[in-house]
Amino acid sequence: MIRPKLEFLSPETVRRAIDEAYDLLWDPGVRVHYDEGLKLLADAGAQVDLNSRVARIPRSLAEKAVETAPGEFYLYNLDGEPVVHYGGDDVHFDPGSAAIEIVDYGATRSRTPVTADCENFVRLAEMLPQIDALATSIVCGDVPQSMADWYRLYLLLLYGRKPIVTGTFAIETFAIMHELLVVVAGSAEALAAKPRAVFDVCPSPPLLWSDITCANLIDCARTGVPAELVSMPLMGATGPQTVIGSAVQHAAECLSGITIHQLARPGSPIVWGGSPASFDMRTGTTPMGSIATMMLDCTYSQIGKAIKPGGLPTHAYLGMADTKIVDAQTGLESAAGAILGALAGVNMMSGPGMMDFESCFSLEKLVIDAEIVGMAKRLVAGVDDSEEPLALAVMREVGHAGNFLKSKHTRRYFRREDYIPTEVIDRDFRQTWLDKGALDITARAHRKVQELIAAWQPLSLPDEVVRELEAIATRQAAAAGLSRLPARSIT
Amino acid sequence: MTEELFKKMAQAVIDGDSEAAAALAQQALDRGVDPLEAINKGLTAGMNVVGELYSSGEYFLPDLILGGEAMKAALAVLEPALKASGQRRQVLGRVVLGTVKGDIHEIGKSLVGSMLSANGFEVYDLGIDVPAETFVAKSREYGADIVALSALLTTTMLHQRDVIEQLAEAGLRDRVKVMVGGSPVTQAWADQIGADGFAEDAAGAVVVARRLMG
Repeated sequence: MIRPKLEFLSPETVRRAIDEAYDLLWDPGVRVHYDEGLKLLADAGAQVDLNSRVARIPRSLAEKAVETAPGEFYLYNLDGEPVVHYGGDDVHFDPGSAAIEIVDYGATRSRTPVTADCENFVRLAEMLPQIDALATSIVCGDVPQSMADWYRLYLLLLYGRKPIVTGTFAIETFAIMHELLVVVAGSAEALAAKPRAVFDVCPSPPLLWSDITCANLIDCARTGVPAELVSMPLMGATGPQTVIGSAVQHAAECLSGITIHQLARPGSPIVWGGSPASFDMRTGTTPMGSIATMMLDCTYSQIGKAIKPGGLPTHAYLGMADTKIVDAQTGLESAAGAILGALAGVNMMSGPGMMDFESCFSLEKLVIDAEIVGMAKRLVAGVDDSEEPLALAVMREVGHAGNFLKSKHTRRYFRREDYIPTEVIDRDFRQTWLDKGALDITARAHRKVQELIAAWQPLSLPDEVVRELEAIATRQAAAAGLSRLPARSIT
Repeated sequence: MTEELFKKMAQAVIDGDSEAAAALAQQALDRGVDPLEAINKGLTAGMNVVGELYSSGEYFLPDLILGGEAMKAALAVLEPALKASGQRRQVLGRVVLGTVKGDIHEIGKSLVGSMLSANGFEVYDLGIDVPAETFVAKSREYGADIVALSALLTTTMLHQRDVIEQLAEAGLRDRVKVMVGGSPVTQAWADQIGADGFAEDAAGAVVVARRLMG
């Protein structure tokens, strides 16, 4: 059985791209706005200019880091089951992050989300089987900005079972988020052995590590919590205009991150990921739904898979749209991205639910995207040719009578030969559709959102774990100037 | 003869050709052409065409930005002579622009700068990670009409307020208008911190800047 696979580059071009990326690490080098990062690099043999904060990294140093970075790892759910495999060509999806806006069903204007929105989001994402992991997608506006990053994770840990894709907004909050994860895992060792979460760390294009991202990278390495590089050249704006040119920049940014990370602790898991985009030369926006964005994602993923034998785990922001409401453009952009990324074998795709240039979340979109994800996963499972003979036996059994519905062969295969959607996807006869209220997909998705949120069952986390999480949150909220945590609708 | 030269200068701006624009500006000086006339009839005329082509959808941001760069290159050649002649270029207003402290994001701010320059403003781009004190000092130094503050992060947009407060403390608030922008910035935020204007994108920034200049 062949797994359908999309590759844009010849092996020769992949090699040239990798060579150029290594060359960039030396000239012009990488800017690192964090002393400890610079020190790690300098001690290992990079040429560091402390004034300009530019590190020139020798190829041999970066290559050694790539060698020690694991080619695969798993993320685990609350029950300790390995449910996300970062490696090979396996594909998984998590909701996009991190939205500072949410758009309600029927609204044209977005609004600032609050705790209740985050709660609804977790319930919904937990209930969608196509979505493999949660993400800290909703930035709650009802808590101070300085605690907004860990607060999202706190809510996810209280309500969620799935693995979590997350990240910090500051240097100091990593420790808080790690503490929350440790409480649920039982110990720091247990968390490192079976990581529940991966942390996004974003270099700034071109070739810059800010203090926050560099500190996060080092903290991830030392705690053994997986890091996910989110390199994001914008084609023609903060990176070369060409797909291949921005892929080279992406590779250089990832290689520099892997070098710092592996110097902090060799063998810690790290993902070759990103959120690059094309640049709309009319409006100055960064379209996540443009075809060049998707091509760049698939291209850098191919490079990540070739950076060493067996490749590194990969990630991309795909399955997103740039619309302000859920409409036909939303669907076409999200589907194109998810399907292309699946064909490229991107291990984790962050995007479902997200729109408006990665800034706004829609619960209805998440439900629709789950259907897209179902289709994409079916697609890459390929055409099963394992049956022998392929068709002769069943054709002769059914004969000219032609009714395959009566055949056991049909019953055996129909569930897996096609992806069977929920009623969010319209497969009705017209009269039935009219009788059901002539609903469009957004209306059907809205109904599904309500059903799934209502059907969600709370976790049975041990009381002491819940109390411990609440104690940390209360203490840290007080430190952030919030005397009382926002009321939760689920307890 | 001189008309031909102005035409070529305009074309260099339309083509976004900095080298040609600077060389033509030098030619103008060598021939004793009035620098102000060269700016108005050559460079500004060219920039107007660029603006029209952008509005009509034929030109895109790179065309606009390279046009602005060509104009800047030619101005650099002409301005010393302009100053020596005691004349001053007619501008819509003087804008001090930058990304606020703690924020290293450049592109949106630079786009706004290019757009404002292309539309007749004189822009002093202070760059990224600019402390509030620098905004204040430079506003005073350049006699700014407008201070334009960019921020990409919800964490750094708070510093837009600091700049407004420090402008007030320095006694400059009555003399300068403050514009804010950047991905997380909204009209509500602008109102909350007492900014005079907000725009969502670079084209909008021009509209707002024009309005603020009255």
